[in-house]
Amino acid sequence: MESREWSGYLRKDGSKGIRNVVLVAYLVECAHHVCTKIASAFEDSTVQVIGFGGCYPNSHANKVMKQLCTHANVGGVLLVSLGCESFDRYGLATVVEESGRPVEILVIQEVGGTRKAIESGQEWVHRTQTDLQNTPRVQMAKRDLIIGAICGGSDATSGISGNPAVGRVFDHLVEQDAVAIFEETGEMIGFEDHLADRAKTPGLAEELRKCMQKAASYYTIMGHASFAPGNADGGLSTIEEKSLGAYSKSGRSKITGLLKPGDKPRQGGLYLLDVVPDGEPRFGFPNINDNAEIAELMACGSHIILFITGRGSVVGSPISPVVKICANPETYARMEEDMDVNAGSIISGESSLDDVAAEILESIVKTAGGQSTASEALGHQEFVLLYKSFEPSGPGCLP
Amino acid sequence: MENSKLLIQLDEVDNVMLASRSLNAGEMVCIAGRQIQLSQDLRLGFKIANRDISKGDKIVKCGVPIGSATCDISLGELIHLHNLESDYVPTYTIQNQDQYGK
Repeated sequence: MESREWSGYLRKDGSKGIRNVVLVAYLVECAHHVCTKIASAFEDSTVQVIGFGGCYPNSHANKVMKQLCTHANVGGVLLVSLGCESFDRYGLATVVEESGRPVEILVIQEVGGTRKAIESGQEWVHRTQTDLQNTPRVQMAKRDLIIGAICGGSDATSGISGNPAVGRVFDHLVEQDAVAIFEETGEMIGFEDHLADRAKTPGLAEELRKCMQKAASYYTIMGHASFAPGNADGGLSTIEEKSLGAYSKSGRSKITGLLKPGDKPRQGGLYLLDVVPDGEPRFGFPNINDNAEIAELMACGSHIILFITGRGSVVGSPISPVVKICANPETYARMEEDMDVNAGSIISGESSLDDVAAEILESIVKTAGGQSTASEALGHQEFVLLYKSFEPSGPGCLP
Repeated sequence: MENSKLLIQLDEVDNVMLASRSLNAGEMVCIAGRQIQLSQDLRLGFKIANRDISKGDKIVKCGVPIGSATCDISLGELIHLHNLESDYVPTYTIQNQDQYGK
């Protein structure tokens, strides 16, 4: 696991990215179709659509959109507004502009409707894409990376092979002073004490406990744990058993901090992302699916998402390449084209946890160097951002 | 017959073992030094009791409790939704999928 370097993209705000994406962002669902049509003119994967569908303002969505539009992998942003929604397009455009990225606001009602908006948007994207070819390159190494990990479509193999292998990858990344982020607190239920014991400070231990109590209480009120029927079909019986797998992807390092969506770590280390809203449940389930969690991992700056799956997830993302780690050898044999790493080989006895951890690290370096992941090659670009409410993080959460 | 690797025990304190590949009813497996014939199919990663377990006992996997037994469970019996429940939030499953298309 020697140190390796590759060439990334240097942004004017000093951040270093591994992709050079132009985002086309809708600021209300009414502008979504126009964004899709604008992006459809560009066949490569460097033009991507994200957005927020709601018409009413939400500070969480606002914060996440600001972080995504200034993500290190993003080179420029076209904001597409219908014209009458509440989203603060000027505030968002200002943040993007101040980051040194090209930004444009396109208002469908002002420009004269769908067709004119699409034409005008495509012209802007084309021009911006040409400009971005001159983005300065910069040497990057593992210490420059923020890596998020999520498990989805989990089954009983996830916690035996894929998640513990990612735990070893995380231990290595933390040693390299990179940032490693794991989630989701609803899938750490039963592991409150273990998490608190690993906190770097007593203040953080207290915050971790409070955050786990919140998750357990929130899901109890919702009447449904973060658990899908496919998890049970795959041999998982309870949320605690699913948690066991999810927890093992965190490795053995001390926990440096507790993030809320959109908080960006300022120093290397292992971080837990708290995805469960604060206060009484108001807007429904904390994360309705895996892509909602991927969006939040990206909003914390993740360059790459490690996605461990047993049942066989296929999803990707518009900004940060998703590296698919298949925990189940039977699933891998059935869905190989969708997978980047076969961690099921641990169960079939062909490789060790360390072998697979080395393979995942190799995949991270190659992906960072520009190689497409399976989900990128297949064109996956799912994106979900919904209403949530958070209070500011407590003083013990971040170093 | 070499069948000691068909079931994995993740921690010595565990009262469950896991199938390391999908196994069929009738196959012989080794549990606690005894040869046991499987009375039901056991798919990859599914759990089987490695001792007799009483109603209310914690089910322990990888050294960690993952819920409580809802009835007495015998050595060699499948452990899943029918005899194990969460100590936190109940598990939801689609109830009618076995009937669909039949």
